[in-house]
Amino acid sequence: MKQLGLKWQQFRKKYNIYLVLIVLFLICSVINPNFLSITNLSNISRQLAVTTILAFGATILIIGGMLDLSAGSVLALSGVLSVSCYKSTESLLLSFLVGVAVGIFCNLINAVMVASFHTPPFIATLAMLTMARGAALLYTKGQNILQLGNYVVFGQGSIFGIPTPIIFLVLILIITWYTLRHTRFGRSMYAIGGNEETAIASGISVKKMKYIAYAINGAFVGLSGVLFMSRVNAGLPNGAVNYEFQALTAAIIGGTSFSGGIGTASGTLAGAFIVGFLDNIMNLAGVDSYVQQIVRGAIIALAVIYDIGIKNHWKPLSKVSKAAS
Amino acid sequence: MEQPIKLRVSQIEKSFPGVKALDKIDFSVKKGTVHALCGENGAGKSTLMKIINGIYQPDAGQIFIDEKPVQIQNPIQAKQLGISMIFQEMNYVPEMSVEENLFLGNLPVNRFGKVDWKTVRAKTLALLEEEGLPYSPEQKLKELTISDIQMLEIIKAISYKSDIIIMDEPTSAITQKEVDKLFEKIEVLKSRGVSIIYISHKLDEVFRIADEITVLRDGTVVASHPKEELDIEKVISMMVGRKLTNTYPKETLPIGQTILEVKNLQSPGVFHNISFRVRQGEIVGFAGLMGAGRTEVMRGLYGLDPVSGGEVYIKGKKVAIKSVKDSIQNGMIMLSEDRRRYGIVPMRSVKENATLASLKKIFYRGRLHVKVEKTIVEDLFSKMQVKTPSLETPIQSLSGGNQQKVLLARWMMLDPDILILDEPTRGIDVGAKYEIYKLMTQFATQGKAIIMVSSELPELIGMCDRIYVMCQGTITGELERKDFSQEAIMRFAVGAMEEKKYEAARA
Repeated sequence: MKQLGLKWQQFRKKYNIYLVLIVLFLICSVINPNFLSITNLSNISRQLAVTTILAFGATILIIGGMLDLSAGSVLALSGVLSVSCYKSTESLLLSFLVGVAVGIFCNLINAVMVASFHTPPFIATLAMLTMARGAALLYTKGQNILQLGNYVVFGQGSIFGIPTPIIFLVLILIITWYTLRHTRFGRSMYAIGGNEETAIASGISVKKMKYIAYAINGAFVGLSGVLFMSRVNAGLPNGAVNYEFQALTAAIIGGTSFSGGIGTASGTLAGAFIVGFLDNIMNLAGVDSYVQQIVRGAIIALAVIYDIGIKNHWKPLSKVSKAAS
Repeated sequence: MEQPIKLRVSQIEKSFPGVKALDKIDFSVKKGTVHALCGENGAGKSTLMKIINGIYQPDAGQIFIDEKPVQIQNPIQAKQLGISMIFQEMNYVPEMSVEENLFLGNLPVNRFGKVDWKTVRAKTLALLEEEGLPYSPEQKLKELTISDIQMLEIIKAISYKSDIIIMDEPTSAITQKEVDKLFEKIEVLKSRGVSIIYISHKLDEVFRIADEITVLRDGTVVASHPKEELDIEKVISMMVGRKLTNTYPKETLPIGQTILEVKNLQSPGVFHNISFRVRQGEIVGFAGLMGAGRTEVMRGLYGLDPVSGGEVYIKGKKVAIKSVKDSIQNGMIMLSEDRRRYGIVPMRSVKENATLASLKKIFYRGRLHVKVEKTIVEDLFSKMQVKTPSLETPIQSLSGGNQQKVLLARWMMLDPDILILDEPTRGIDVGAKYEIYKLMTQFATQGKAIIMVSSELPELIGMCDRIYVMCQGTITGELERKDFSQEAIMRFAVGAMEEKKYEAARA
């Protein structure tokens, strides 16, 4: 009996998030027939692509016990630089690479502060948040860059009928999943976030791994910058404000533990879509946008309370298995 | 003149999961006397004091003050009953000033709840002057030395006007001059009728200051006598006098070449002149009391903490070990004494914990080889008899003994030549201890060199071929297996033989 309860608990702990996603999907389909339309679902995905890609970067960092508050600002900076590069060179490839490179560059500075100077990630990336936004505004003199021409293919185009942002989203999902699950770097992230001192005592190059984590996050942020500017067909130095918090929301709802060591790519994807579905259904139902914010905040709180509740349930479990051994 | 009994505990019992820390303890302190409490690490001294100070609740037994039964639920109540304690690990806020720290938790306030800083200042100045201490009340504690802070702690305890003061290793961080000052202070307190419980490993100090001495061992009182009836030798033999009831799966093995040789390893203020060697198939013990510097030496050797000098030779070749990676590459691993802090990644699975140090063996050609990982782990777990519900179980839900075996498996996966095992059996039950010993013997049979740091003398005596004893940051003695005795080790460990060194121990 106890064993059965135990298994159910483990099962719930592992798959709960997906159950929630499915239930939510079904409820949304029932209450609003428009929800299931291809146009609507494809819209949701396009809108979600940017923040979900950010959320994957956030997931890797949080698993490793780090954080990036600068994502929205760095997104804007890499976006406007990429756009501006396109304006002067008309090269899609070059402007794409510039976007990604700027994202990586800013995050390597984050890594220097965090891994080499041991600044708390919260403070280091808060500084970067301010600096990157300032740089974006300085570079554009606060003006939006308009009429991007062909640049819009990144955010608005499609390949074989599949919107490009979704292709990027799937690609980043696979990269994140593979990195976390199938590389030494991924395993090291879990160990560093789970217990950094153990990781050091086990011979893991903690500093190097932190640099890699921020570099990957930077590439994701830079890519998001390109997708974002392309989708809105403008270089907006003031764009994507607070996107880092949307990314964190998706990661947390997706079961990434803020104390580090726990989280998965698929969980974050589910978390992002739970938020996306909720926003969408509230929009379709005409819920006031301020109310939507309150609902979203409440969901974060509930998700974390639930997460902590599950963790506490593990305590009696440890007694059970100790008795068994 | 016989003094009345101030504090008495009767039949106190206290258990922690898996350990009976205190068993039917009777202990009493007379008014205006110093009663010293001696015992090895883990004998139960600190637990008993924490019960008297209200930090722990006894499972059974009764505490009497002035022969009236009392309940002490927490340290605040203890304070109200006139008991205060000076902790071995000091409690202070480095960013706060001398006066704030002195009155922490005890700040005088007016009826609107505003702190009465004038009174605080006046009282602080009075206290500092009375004790002849040269600091300003506004100085931050972080600017003072550890010994200054220790003196402040002592003053703080005295300032509560307590009738009973517990001092847990009060001299561990202060200079000889300050010790003299402290002892003068204790004499003054005695004459005022204050009772003092004095815990120390330094037996010479104990004999200087104590009126009575009680020796604890394995959670029971071995003896309680006036100082005059005892001497240092007697106390040492009572501290360690337990019979070797455990059997150890020790095998006499051929000892091979020297694998590890350390010359003059040092780290200022932590340890100095550390030289020793370990040979193939040999288990070498490191004994010493808490704070002797054994763990620090091992951490320095292993590359976890920086060292300032010394040479390390592995298999005759000089090596530079600056990080754990260097150690591992040279075939040297360390099992840490603090499993929670340096050993486990609590929420991750036993499998992931086991392979953490050998990721190269399972991640190659760009991906994780799930089956290889499973096979390696299952293989080692069955050899080492790790009991776990599944490979995916979070390591935090295993028992201490099984966690320790998972960690041993982590290191054995690397097939090291040198194993540093720091307190390998700490906090695990008797059965699991025996299995760890068996594994150690097995590793020695394979020709590995093993360093075993332990605070439990019987297990060192039972398992080792040679034992180095440390005291105050240096090696004070070396014993061959034929010369092992708890008394000999303890004499080196308390520094009582620092001058005479090895010869006397062998004589």
